[in-house]
Amino acid sequence: MNSDAVAGSDVAARPGGPRAIVMGHGDFAVGLISAVDQITGRGRLLMPVAVKQLGIEDIEALLRKEMLASGVRVIFTDLQAGSCTMASRRILRGMEDAVLIAGVNLPTLLDFVFADTLPPVAAALQAAEKGRSSITAVGGSAPK
Amino acid sequence: MTLELFRIDDRLIHGQVVVGWGQPLGLKFIVLVDDAVASSDWEQELYRMGVPPEMDVYFHDVGTATARIPEYRSDPRAGLLLTGDIATMHRLAERVPLVAVNVGGIHSRPGRVQRLRYVFLSNDEADELRALAAHGVKVTAQDVPGARTVPLDDLLNGKDDL
Repeated sequence: MNSDAVAGSDVAARPGGPRAIVMGHGDFAVGLISAVDQITGRGRLLMPVAVKQLGIEDIEALLRKEMLASGVRVIFTDLQAGSCTMASRRILRGMEDAVLIAGVNLPTLLDFVFADTLPPVAAALQAAEKGRSSITAVGGSAPK
Repeated sequence: MTLELFRIDDRLIHGQVVVGWGQPLGLKFIVLVDDAVASSDWEQELYRMGVPPEMDVYFHDVGTATARIPEYRSDPRAGLLLTGDIATMHRLAERVPLVAVNVGGIHSRPGRVQRLRYVFLSNDEADELRALAAHGVKVTAQDVPGARTVPLDDLLNGKDDL
């Protein structure tokens, strides 16, 4: 459960390669990246990681491997309570050059893939704010 | 209300627990019994951040959990007790009477064989579940509330949805 294998690496994100990993329950990551690609044609900037049937230690091992192979330092996950988020937080512990964004939505990723002049971590932080403010309720009424 | 569910889940606190069971049961607290987590402030903070602010999480090793379970059972709120492995739940069952245990998720690892979509067991772990049942505990498997409740025999024989 230590992050040494990743934190000790000076691997940087490959030019033209993915700038972030997207993880979540079921087919969440693949579906979200598919939507990003359909809208922007920039789905290649995001790498889906599926964790079906994996225990927490195997999720950590898989994520560590993907981060080492790609040099990616940005992780988007679907749910704060999710096992992907838990695994990511363990790996990113002590990594000052990496960021985890939990609770990602489509507007977040759309902003991220267009912010390609910013370093990935800065782009992710900006995108998180965009995603946070993008939820709108239309109609309905509050319960009495 | 009381401890509504005693669950074995190697992911401990995660989406299925907090949302999948938490919403329909109206859970207000989780008792996480794990010797390693109970001795690590950092691990406790990690899991605490995974639950909504209105839900409490209490961390115990098996010894302190044994002493506190009567108190949790008389709590007016709905709660869930969680262990990350069968052995920990078995140790609890040897100290405190348990009525039922839910096997919610034990994932693939070398030496384990898949029994259900979400349960992989070694032979020793299968024996430990039998031993748990021998204490008079009703052992079933069910990952989320809408799924079929799988009796122990079917679980051990892999009779479900593989």
